[in-house]
Amino acid sequence: MTAPGRRPAVRAPAWPAVVARRLVSAVAVLWAAATTAYIALLLAPGDTVDILVGDGADTPEIRAQIIAEWGLDRPEIVRYLSYLGRLLHGDLGRSYRLQRDVGEILAGQVGPTVRLTLAAAAVGVVLALVLAVATAGRSVWPRRIVSAAELMAVSVPQFVIGILLLFVFSFSLSWFPVSGAQDPQALVLPALALGLPIAGVLGQVLREGLERALEQPFAVTARARGLGERAVVARHALRHALLPAVTLTGWFTGALLGGAVITEALFGRPGLGRVTMEAVTGKDMPVVMAVVIVSAAVYVTISALLDLAYRVIDPRLRSA
Amino acid sequence: MAVAAPAVRPGARVRPGLVLALLVLAALAVAVAAPGLITRADPLAADPLRALAPPGAGHPLGTDHLGRDVLARVAYGARHSLGIGVLATALAVGAGSLLGLAAGLAARLAGEALARLFDVLSTFPELLLALLVIAITGPGTWNVVAAIGIAQIPTYARVVRAQTLVVRRSGYVEQAVTFGHSRLRVIVRHVLPNVVGPVPVLATIGLGQAVIATSGLSFLGMGPQPPAPEWGTMLAESRDYLRVAWWMAFSPGVALTLSVVCLTVAGRHLQRRFEGRTP
Repeated sequence: MTAPGRRPAVRAPAWPAVVARRLVSAVAVLWAAATTAYIALLLAPGDTVDILVGDGADTPEIRAQIIAEWGLDRPEIVRYLSYLGRLLHGDLGRSYRLQRDVGEILAGQVGPTVRLTLAAAAVGVVLALVLAVATAGRSVWPRRIVSAAELMAVSVPQFVIGILLLFVFSFSLSWFPVSGAQDPQALVLPALALGLPIAGVLGQVLREGLERALEQPFAVTARARGLGERAVVARHALRHALLPAVTLTGWFTGALLGGAVITEALFGRPGLGRVTMEAVTGKDMPVVMAVVIVSAAVYVTISALLDLAYRVIDPRLRSA
Repeated sequence: MAVAAPAVRPGARVRPGLVLALLVLAALAVAVAAPGLITRADPLAADPLRALAPPGAGHPLGTDHLGRDVLARVAYGARHSLGIGVLATALAVGAGSLLGLAAGLAARLAGEALARLFDVLSTFPELLLALLVIAITGPGTWNVVAAIGIAQIPTYARVVRAQTLVVRRSGYVEQAVTFGHSRLRVIVRHVLPNVVGPVPVLATIGLGQAVIATSGLSFLGMGPQPPAPEWGTMLAESRDYLRVAWWMAFSPGVALTLSVVCLTVAGRHLQRRFEGRTP
């Protein structure tokens, strides 16, 4: 931790400083993501020209043309820098396999994935809040049941949950379609499969936070003022419990993005996950690299937003 | 902190959940070491005439779409699903501890740079990092070990680095240095043993996560290639037959879930026991 003397300065920095620090770390994360992706490209086996020629006509002229077109004759460092430069202009490169702009490919598939992850995030957050508020500080049995359910939600791989949901609600009860993404009904099971494990982890953290907060003097004071237990939780304790949950951002984003790949495969949904899988199997490195960079960008954005939310939730962090 | 006090005392009370978890883990260890003890059937022997047979005599857990015995495939699959998880965790623990130790002992700037690198890498979703490795190496058993192992390195490296920073300033390290012991001796005899304390706890929980990741990658078709039995692959195959043959999904799903639940229970028990112990 920091030295006691420096504490106030660290605790309540001015807004410009906060924003500047955030920006620097965001740029660092994105740069590291871009560089990791580039290193992966260098490590990928196979000659780039061979991959680009593919099944097409293979003559020395065509090879020379490809080398010139993709700039493969330039020194490594120049290619790395020009790659970074193109990224700065929002150019994610071109797909080896599809010969189209990667940005275009991803933009065409982002809709279904955004719908899926937002729905799953809503399922996770709402369920976690309801369970935590309903069981925090309660008698032993409801808590035991809920914490057992949370243990299951944390431990069961989401594709197992997904297959169970498919079996019960699609094949046995025929309530929901088995696959596809056309109507909103088709979103219910995938969102549940992706959201339930998140609800398990989040619910646990929230409940522990709530139980700690309910023992604090301010909760006792609120009760002494004659406030009901529900009001104490809703108005005073919940804010406290949210703080540790906010630190789970990285895990939360990762669970959603990584989980989307598996969920889309299981439910046969279109989206970024399917694009990723096709690129990984097809060794289409530009697409794989773009997915890495885009998910880093999503992570940076979400964690910046939550960092701001953190300051709104916790008045101690606001600048004086 | 003090809320969980009654349960912490080791050996104070037999915990039925923990005992059950350890028994299941022991049974799984048998399946990994000697699957032949569990069933006589061959996990690869196809019998098209008996395809999709429900559980019954001869095939206690039924057969799959090629007529292979599900019990045999689940039993032999433990070697793949759990074995890959164990190897990947070992890789992550080994490399992560070394890197974390290096980052904690290195000169200030280099250590700081390594620490930032761990931070950045741990922001990547583990599955995406693993897929990035698979995109380079292609699918297969050993590639999945590498992919999951590499993806989990930052977790261990960060913890070990934090511990190292505390330990290197401790009195006993200072004393060992003043005694004139060599740098290597101080690191190996005094720093390392005090740094790795939290690692077994983390590794137990991490093993559960590695097993989930293994089966997830296999589910996506990146793991051991068919016809090798692996729980995630079996679940992926079962999806197309869910309407007619629930038993194809049931057994691998239960095996996978049980393994991870038991590892998590054991890991949490260790966590409670060692919580609050300072180096």
